[in-house]
Amino acid sequence: MDKTQNNRAWFMVLPVLLLVAFSAILPLMTVVNYAFNDTFGNNVFFWVGLEWFEEVLQSDRMWEALQRQLIFSAAILAIEVPLGIAVALAMPKKGIWASVCLVLMALPLLIPWNVVGTIWQVFARIDIGLLGNALGQIGIDFNIGQNATAAWVTVIMMDVWHWTSLVVLLAYAGLQSIPDAYYQAAKIDQASRWAVFRYVELPKLKGVLLIAILLRFMDSFMIYTEPFVVTGGGPGSTTTFLSIDLVKMALGQFDLGPAAAFSIMYFLVILLVSWAFYTIMVNLDREERNE
Amino acid sequence: MTAADTQTATRSTRAQTGDNAGFRRAVSYAVLIGYLLFLLVPIYWLVNMSFKTNTEILSSLNLLPAEPTVQNYAVILTDPTWYMGYVNSLIYVVMNTVISVTVALPAAYAFSRYSFIGDKHLFFWLLTNRMAPPAVFALPFFQLYSSIGLFDTHIAVALAHCLFNVPLAVWILEGFMRGVPKEIDETAYIDGYSWGRFFVKIFMPLIASGIGVAAFFCFMFSWVDLLLSRTLTSVNVKTIGVAMTRTSSATGLDYGTLAAAGVLTIIPGALVIWFVRNYIAKGFALGRV
Repeated sequence: MDKTQNNRAWFMVLPVLLLVAFSAILPLMTVVNYAFNDTFGNNVFFWVGLEWFEEVLQSDRMWEALQRQLIFSAAILAIEVPLGIAVALAMPKKGIWASVCLVLMALPLLIPWNVVGTIWQVFARIDIGLLGNALGQIGIDFNIGQNATAAWVTVIMMDVWHWTSLVVLLAYAGLQSIPDAYYQAAKIDQASRWAVFRYVELPKLKGVLLIAILLRFMDSFMIYTEPFVVTGGGPGSTTTFLSIDLVKMALGQFDLGPAAAFSIMYFLVILLVSWAFYTIMVNLDREERNE
Repeated sequence: MTAADTQTATRSTRAQTGDNAGFRRAVSYAVLIGYLLFLLVPIYWLVNMSFKTNTEILSSLNLLPAEPTVQNYAVILTDPTWYMGYVNSLIYVVMNTVISVTVALPAAYAFSRYSFIGDKHLFFWLLTNRMAPPAVFALPFFQLYSSIGLFDTHIAVALAHCLFNVPLAVWILEGFMRGVPKEIDETAYIDGYSWGRFFVKIFMPLIASGIGVAAFFCFMFSWVDLLLSRTLTSVNVKTIGVAMTRTSSATGLDYGTLAAAGVLTIIPGALVIWFVRNYIAKGFALGRV
């Protein structure tokens, strides 16, 4: 759709601009302020330049949290994306069962994140949880309070449980948009099931899968509530991801300078991913318009 | 090759593809059923626990409650510290949904119909706020709302959630609005409609499903948040998330009530899920797909 050039449209955008600026720019300015200044209280600040950034970059704590974060994000993407595609391919194409599947799969997406944590916390407990107890019966020590492996397995399983459906729904929507003619053409060529997937379905799914991967990367990169409820970042700090560490630093210990410097670096990563997301969106919109 | 040979050959390929199709369908069902079981078992365990007494939860692992009880639900519905948690959460969630959708409607219209100076940058900037980690904003929000005297009020949480919900609503609504042909706008203007009347009387009914989806997602993302609502409230506005985390960490005993509280938080989503089932992918993908 070609758009009319009209700068008065700004008036329609103005309320959004003011509201989001109030919620985003003011707080961000506070963060920037803390990142470059130090204080002895009483709102007296003095400039420290890049000192906080150096401190954060040199502390092992941040690098360890980042490392855990990257391993976590990579692990859940490696599981959720293939699993999501497989389930989307297995879903019925239409009819009542398609609707039932959609509803059941969407259920975890709509559960409050702290309840997701609670569900897995009680599910994995060795004394009262079905999973923890069943694993205990066959001789596996699954104490998430003490055993780091068990804590990691639980947190990853929880995320797979919580968010794989997002990939399924997006991939399913992508599959639905493939015209029947493509499948008929493949049938005439006697293409194998794998060939159909590789040369018909996958290229058509490229756009939605990129969206799914970026959304999952972003949201897993800032995950806080669920692991906080399940493990509290423990045992020790083995499941302390970036956001958990940041909240500990800022609200727990009130180390404002390092926390703010940390926040700014965190934010730069997010800008980068948002930019990738935006570019993909614009390209998809353009393709859609050309078709 | 004789005609008979060809016939047998065809028949055998057909039999083969038949077998393959059957095998493939079996694998499909196995994947699908396995996945659904994986999704439902943890929820089943929570529901199961919510109908047990604490003694039964701690003493034995019954797959069904031996003596089903609604005692846990009774506790929540009669104790103000519990049920006010739901009321408080609902208040700020509804406030946030109304604010977000109201301001997003004209903005989404502007983005879908007009090009103006800085439109792309603005649209991108909105996206970065949807992607921003709440953890980064927790402390500045705490200070901002404390300094303007809004700390521990419903509106503070409602405004804070606008950070990610307004961009979300703008993106979703823009996705729906671009599907409405521009000729409709032009015809209405020719017929003498003012912009305001056209927007309310003609345009909004056309994108009613989009408004519903945007409202649903604002409601959901405000409802699922724990971090910001916990940071911005203390005594007067105790949210359900806070009530739940405090029980689980402080006493570590009252699992029945905790489970019942969890089940009750799932209900709002479960009630409307049927109506939005075809739009869920679109909503999560910010109005695209």
